[in-house]
Amino acid sequence: MLQDMNSEDVHGDYQESLQHYYDGAERKILVSDIEIPYPEGRLIVSSTDSSGVITHVNQSFIDMSGFSKDELVGQPHYILRHPDMPPAAFKDLWDTVQAGNRWQGYVKNLRKDGAYYWVYATVIANIRNGEVKGYTSVRRKPSRKRVQECIELYPTLF
Amino acid sequence: MAYQFTVSPDFGPSHIAGWQIFNTYLQRQLSEGIHFELYDNFEQQRQAIFDDKVDLIYANPYDAAMLVREKGFVAIAKPTAKEDEAIIVVNAESETQSVEDLKPGTRLATTDDPDVHMMGMIMLEPADLNVNNVEITQCDSYVLVAKQLLRGTCDVGFFLEEAYQDLSAMVRDQMRTLVTSQIQIIQHVLLVGPELASRRDELFHILEAMTSEEKGQGVLESMGIQGWEKLEQEDVEFMIDLMSTLVED
Repeated sequence: MLQDMNSEDVHGDYQESLQHYYDGAERKILVSDIEIPYPEGRLIVSSTDSSGVITHVNQSFIDMSGFSKDELVGQPHYILRHPDMPPAAFKDLWDTVQAGNRWQGYVKNLRKDGAYYWVYATVIANIRNGEVKGYTSVRRKPSRKRVQECIELYPTLF
Repeated sequence: MAYQFTVSPDFGPSHIAGWQIFNTYLQRQLSEGIHFELYDNFEQQRQAIFDDKVDLIYANPYDAAMLVREKGFVAIAKPTAKEDEAIIVVNAESETQSVEDLKPGTRLATTDDPDVHMMGMIMLEPADLNVNNVEITQCDSYVLVAKQLLRGTCDVGFFLEEAYQDLSAMVRDQMRTLVTSQIQIIQHVLLVGPELASRRDELFHILEAMTSEEKGQGVLESMGIQGWEKLEQEDVEFMIDLMSTLVED
């Protein structure tokens, strides 16, 4: 069960809203204006099953998301979704990977503490014996110039 | 007919003898003829793989996808605590303090080591640099990459971290690290081809036992490896998936 965000976890001022997800779930989110810089040289890696439930995270994912491994595995991947990300971006992501193609894009992620971080993400299907067993997403440090372009573009996509 | 064993051409020259000794060790343990073949570069090695000449390989992760998914190789083992990490280095006198200081036209020294080159290029992305806006000089060795930096003919160099640490302290003192990868998942793997695959378990038991007997320990030491860990097929499939997210189309 997806938990509401807890104000005790959040640093600084924040805005509260109700986030709705594609599967009908919803939760209270608390969002601050604090950006956490992407760590140098790291890749943030996670895998999900075919329905988008997290099955694997690496240490960089844990460090950047602010959640523990136990809080992440078994949760829908949209636990990281930031309200500034247009739903159209994720629709494009799922349409692309479900068609067996690689998706790449710039994503603003929400942390457990309400702060955010930008990544350049690549998502692919894990195909074993011809069947999609799940999806793997690998994020790397984004170009600041491209992030700035997304900051201007994404609000126009709602 | 003897089987053929080969090693990714990017290992340090100090370990050539070690790999030869390892091959002899394997032949004795398996009671099987195995010919040890070294290729000068990745292109020659890939051609041999393509021609089905290779039966056992200590493979660069970059080539694992082709070996597993096109040539039917299966995973045996990976060396303990020996992940491939890349570093980007500049001349110690360089004004560049971070990757983001680099500009289009940057002169880059690299090798044909495919995973290190790939990781290096990824670490240049935050500066909006890519193959289309940097000047690449491909060198035959990491020593030559260092020379390019020391002479000032290149601005940045890509190194396998282990190879950088193998340079003399005097050379390293004249250079400075900008960024080091901490990927932890990408590493060389020992794979066996279809002709030898039926002996995969036997091979792993031989590798596993190396750390517990004196002769095996000596062989490991000469290769610069602490020991071997079992590599499940899903482990290598996952690494291949991860690599495919990083390799540009």
